[in-house]
Amino acid sequence: MSEAVKQENTLRAIGVTLAVAFICALLVSAIAVSLRPIHRANIEAERVAQLQLVLEALSDIGSAQSLDSLEARVVDLESGEFDDSIDPATFDAERAASRPATSVTIPADLDVAGLKRRALHAQVYLIRDSSNRIDMIILPVSGRGYQSTLRAWLVLDGKGRTVLALKFYQHGETPGVGARIEEPEWQKQWRDLPAYDDAGVLRIGVRSPTAGAYSEDAEYQVDAISGATRTAQGVHGMMRFWMGEFGFGLFLQRVREEQL
Amino acid sequence: MQDSKWQTLTRPLIDDNPLTLQILGICSALAVTTALDTALLMSFVVVCVLALGSGSVSLIRNQLPHSVRIIAQITIIASLVIIADQVLQAYAFELSKRLSVFVGLIITNCIVLGRAESFAMHNRFIPSVLDGIGNGLGYSLILIIVGAIREFFGKGSLLNVQILVPTSQGGGFEPLHLMLLPPSAFFIIGGIIWLIRSRRPRQVEKPEFTLRRSTETGE
Repeated sequence: MSEAVKQENTLRAIGVTLAVAFICALLVSAIAVSLRPIHRANIEAERVAQLQLVLEALSDIGSAQSLDSLEARVVDLESGEFDDSIDPATFDAERAASRPATSVTIPADLDVAGLKRRALHAQVYLIRDSSNRIDMIILPVSGRGYQSTLRAWLVLDGKGRTVLALKFYQHGETPGVGARIEEPEWQKQWRDLPAYDDAGVLRIGVRSPTAGAYSEDAEYQVDAISGATRTAQGVHGMMRFWMGEFGFGLFLQRVREEQL
Repeated sequence: MQDSKWQTLTRPLIDDNPLTLQILGICSALAVTTALDTALLMSFVVVCVLALGSGSVSLIRNQLPHSVRIIAQITIIASLVIIADQVLQAYAFELSKRLSVFVGLIITNCIVLGRAESFAMHNRFIPSVLDGIGNGLGYSLILIIVGAIREFFGKGSLLNVQILVPTSQGGGFEPLHLMLLPPSAFFIIGGIIWLIRSRRPRQVEKPEFTLRRSTETGE
């Protein structure tokens, strides 16, 4: 092969590769940009659908509310205070939890929910009564189940002491076994459950099947689901984590002390 | 000529099926077949990507320098897959969330690059598109069979329509949870391969190594 042909081949290789890359880049960007409004609309529709589930959970406990009565706020989990510098409408909790800059590693001994990382902030909803005091608190909670991450809305009373409802909105547990956490029969157990004992110790959770109905935790805990030990443990860990000091603990403490 | 085109399209269905004969693309076949609807959507996307990918590679095959052909092929395939993913996220949002990363992973599906490199680089546009569609359909056929079996025995439903009532809802059907876990797809695909090869013994591979018979009997 002569030197000239070789050079021509090299130039042609670069030329063709650049042309292919350019056309592909053009196509991909054009499609991505033109579909962006539809993507946004889908994500917004998903957020509204999740809010509908919150409303459903509230009407299950006899407190029908409209979308407008939910006050969305972002909480700084490190201090337990509201952080109004973040707009709740654009806050993406899943994204925040996966980015190093907006999340922290959960110490292994505190990671009872098996989450590994937790976002620095969380978006919560508040419902106020006629005298503008907090009447109900709705918190997003999540934890590792048997084969998926469980995600739920946890509804607490205005003092953050009593669980009013727990509504799962996303999970991939085994149908007919772990997936029974979303059945109304099981969810009903979470109604009016005190989370702390008189000494202020967190007692809420899912009762271990071996503990029996007469264990000292009976009044604070719900029955597990037979055959779904790992899912039940996951729900237990999830409740303990998010109501504990590394979850919403500081926030709930501030709510109790009426600093908010 | 008409005949050979027909053959290009139909041979990959059973005689030269990418999944059961060439054992390619198994990873995604395990992941997206827990239900029939995800299997159907995945099949559709793979057929589109294969047809368009093979077609475009065939169009530029004479301009493509040998030294950079793989990178150019991958660029084309990756772009098509990203476009497909974007379109799914826009028009089939719920299903695309369930398919999650597996749409993106079509880029690494050996069938797509395999057809581009082995067929589209040496054939004209129309046969290449037909070959792409044919291989896509061959992959789809297996995916749909596996998806239907897994959803039916795992949940008692097809396309989310409940056919058998599970015992948890008072019926007489005990869902086979194994079917919803990845190993079951291995068993079913293995069964299909066995079925095809017992009908078409030509597909049975010759053992590459045979143990040498021992000459020393030790007696």
